[in-house]
Amino acid sequence: MIKVKINSQEQNWDGDPDLSLLWYLRDEAGLTGAKFGCGQALCGACTVLVDRQAVRACITSVSDVVGREVTTIEGLHPTGDHPVQKAWRDANVPQCGYCQAGQIMQAAALLIQNPKPSRDQIREAMAGNICRCGTYQRIENAVHLASTGV
Amino acid sequence: MNILTNPSKLRGFERHIKVEKVKVENVSRRSILKGLGIAGGFVLAAPVMSRPAFAAYKTGADKMPHGTVVDPRVFVSIAPDGIVTIVAHRAEMGTGVRTSLPLIVAEEMEADWSRVRVQQARGDEVKYGNQDTDGSRSTRHYLMPMREIGASARSMLEAAAAKRWGVPVTEVKAANHEVVHAASGRRIGFGDLAADAAKQPVPSIESLKLKDPKDFRYLGKGEIRIVDLRDITVGKAQYGADVRLPGMKYAVIARPPVTGGKLVSFDGAEAMKVSGVEKVMEVKGWPWPSKFQPLGGVAVIARNTGAAVKGRDALKVVWDDGPNAKYESVAYRAQLEEAARKPGLVVRKEGDVDAALKGADKVIVGEYYLPHLAHVTMEPPAAVADVKGDKAEIWAPLQSAGGTREDVAKTLGIPEENVTINVTLLGGGFGRKSKCDFALEAALLSKELGVPVKVQWTREDDVRHGFLHTVSVERIEAGLDKNGKVIAWRHRSVAPTIASTFAAGAVHEAAFELGMGLVDMPFEIANIQCENPEVAAHTRIGWFRSVSNIPRAFAVQSMVGELAQATNRDQKDMLLELIGSPRIVDLSSVKDLWNYGEPYDSYPIDTARLRRVVELVAEKGGWGRSVPKGRGLGIAAHRSFVSYIATIVEVEVGEKGKLTVHQVDTAIDCGTYVNPERIQAQIEGAAIMGLSLAKYGEITFKDGKVQQGNFDNFPVIRIDEAPLVTNVHIMPPGPDSPPSGVGEPGVPPFAPALINAIFAATGKRVRALPIGKQLET
Repeated sequence: MIKVKINSQEQNWDGDPDLSLLWYLRDEAGLTGAKFGCGQALCGACTVLVDRQAVRACITSVSDVVGREVTTIEGLHPTGDHPVQKAWRDANVPQCGYCQAGQIMQAAALLIQNPKPSRDQIREAMAGNICRCGTYQRIENAVHLASTGV
Repeated sequence: MNILTNPSKLRGFERHIKVEKVKVENVSRRSILKGLGIAGGFVLAAPVMSRPAFAAYKTGADKMPHGTVVDPRVFVSIAPDGIVTIVAHRAEMGTGVRTSLPLIVAEEMEADWSRVRVQQARGDEVKYGNQDTDGSRSTRHYLMPMREIGASARSMLEAAAAKRWGVPVTEVKAANHEVVHAASGRRIGFGDLAADAAKQPVPSIESLKLKDPKDFRYLGKGEIRIVDLRDITVGKAQYGADVRLPGMKYAVIARPPVTGGKLVSFDGAEAMKVSGVEKVMEVKGWPWPSKFQPLGGVAVIARNTGAAVKGRDALKVVWDDGPNAKYESVAYRAQLEEAARKPGLVVRKEGDVDAALKGADKVIVGEYYLPHLAHVTMEPPAAVADVKGDKAEIWAPLQSAGGTREDVAKTLGIPEENVTINVTLLGGGFGRKSKCDFALEAALLSKELGVPVKVQWTREDDVRHGFLHTVSVERIEAGLDKNGKVIAWRHRSVAPTIASTFAAGAVHEAAFELGMGLVDMPFEIANIQCENPEVAAHTRIGWFRSVSNIPRAFAVQSMVGELAQATNRDQKDMLLELIGSPRIVDLSSVKDLWNYGEPYDSYPIDTARLRRVVELVAEKGGWGRSVPKGRGLGIAAHRSFVSYIATIVEVEVGEKGKLTVHQVDTAIDCGTYVNPERIQAQIEGAAIMGLSLAKYGEITFKDGKVQQGNFDNFPVIRIDEAPLVTNVHIMPPGPDSPPSGVGEPGVPPFAPALINAIFAATGKRVRALPIGKQLET
């Protein structure tokens, strides 16, 4: 039996401790906000926060997060109004939207570490997250907006 | 079965593979309106029997399976509290149609958008009309029908109010969710009127008075955000992969590694030892080609997807690789090139191209290669099925909800009316999700297991077992006279056809493929010949966003750059000279011309419009500006999906060929439009997809197997390589200019504009995509 803490809630897991955090979240815990895109930490669609750092849930096992705080998009902000979420809406970022939860979590992690990133720093920090619809210009603008208010 | 002789099996684009025209059934929908009710209060969808006649809507919409339904009772309901629910019957994959089409209805019925809810339609084409969301046609097929639906609803509400007040209907007017009688100052909200409005006869389409566009509050403004925006940003938006049902099992499938291969034997003992794995079983497969039927293989069923994947890794499977085991991309390219150097089936002929080339002062030859591409939608295919007895319910990200319903019914051998198709949001579509194989797999497994099953494709499954974009060699010979004027143009296109996925032995491209940039080439040249030499396919070929327009625009617009170079002209001037005089291009020499399914007289190739987007992008994008050393500007223009588009790229080629795209400008003329903000988004995204395929896009085969599997070896553009600025310039629509496509037209001109820019920067001409390492030395 493993105890994990997801979005401030303690949960017990008695299955395979090596199960990836992504499939634990999606299939066992019913938190489908983090998405499957590649399974190899190549696309960032599954990004969650572990102790306030961006982590690819697809290559993290459930046992890796024991004793740590996992935050998914569902738990990023109680009313869904984190500055990054608001900026994403203000900048009309999403097209299909599938990658955007991962993008938002990555951006939120960036702003924890660097509240005023430059354009280059935004592009560097967000380069692990793929958007096949190609919303990058708006992602860059939204992160900038979230950090500066403009 | 030969699909060529069974056109009834075909849908949408597929229909254009056929030889004969398919009769569109003018189905009487009276019977199905009986007992119809949308949940939640009143309904315009009351069982009123006087359905207006089937609308004769003069676009390609009528030629689609089940045509168009114009009936407010099917699409609109109003609750007593005034909340208006509008049905979105097309699939949302990121283009914004789930917002745009209901918005059109709201505009015409004078509903207040903040009191409108959108309800996604199930797959039911008898009820809603065609639901194939592909071909960049949602707005062009549905702008008018949705306006008519909204106007009908408005007219019924006004009639109800006039009756209640005992005043002539001409004295009342709907505005902002209520009906007003100006003379007396009385007003009634839509919610209060709903029940009475439902009793009004549905007006005939001819009697409808549509709004004057100058009174539009929403259409053409771009101020309304997509309906799923908030859900997307908080993780609540539901994609196919997110569907969970009580008792649901998770499945992944090991499929034959070579198209046309089949299962010989398997040993699941090790897989069964994996924690969470519950069952290992065979999945039925169909012989290639079989349209969208599953490939078959071995399924691992587990309590979660992670366990299923681990179990699949532990499977021991023996495959018979079948007839395509020797498919190999280097040899295939040589075969395509050889075919392109010999005469082929003539599909357009004007003048005498042989004589003109022989007599030309100079002949420029360009041979352009574009390899297979994979869609790699961010959401890999995934579907949930719950099959019980002779009933089936599906939840999946589907571009073709109606087609899926037919295919599930056929595959399970149950009546179509017993199949319920729930369409989720699509995490990207790009044509991949027009094929419902993944939903059929889920249906087959659920039937066997008697419980709900989710089939999840991994990224490797997606890259290796999908329906790839074709691979092509486009060879163009252009003859110039001594004054540098182009007098001859021969274009040979060789590519395995999408028809090969439907019918064994299809070796020529279908009319709908030939019509994407080959036979519809708009240049004013006296001697033109287009040819299509034959070639057989060895994998499943399918629609990929923009389809054959990608290789065609790459070839044709690269050749424009080459001609400019040969004649020492400016690229834009060369392009405009080739486009020639403002005119409607005469394509009468093309047999079976396919014009995106549209009548040519409503949507002809108008070179004045093509010229205007070139001129607009040149003006707005600063064509001719001086750029620093190492940088270059390139331009390309292309008409596709009956829209006109032109792109300018400013690129810097740095050390070891490192590309930096400093600026992209695109001008689009898509006729009358609904949401310019989403058009901008589509075109921004198209630049990214265009850059991805130009820089990296390549799927290769060896021993019949796809050699790539994930984003490490099939990379796509990331934010740090994205253009620094992308500007979109939308042409204001001309009067009565009908709407045309937006989702796809942005992609084709990007690669040639980039390649022309690279030439301007470096003097190097790239004729084979992807660029890869070609600029390193």
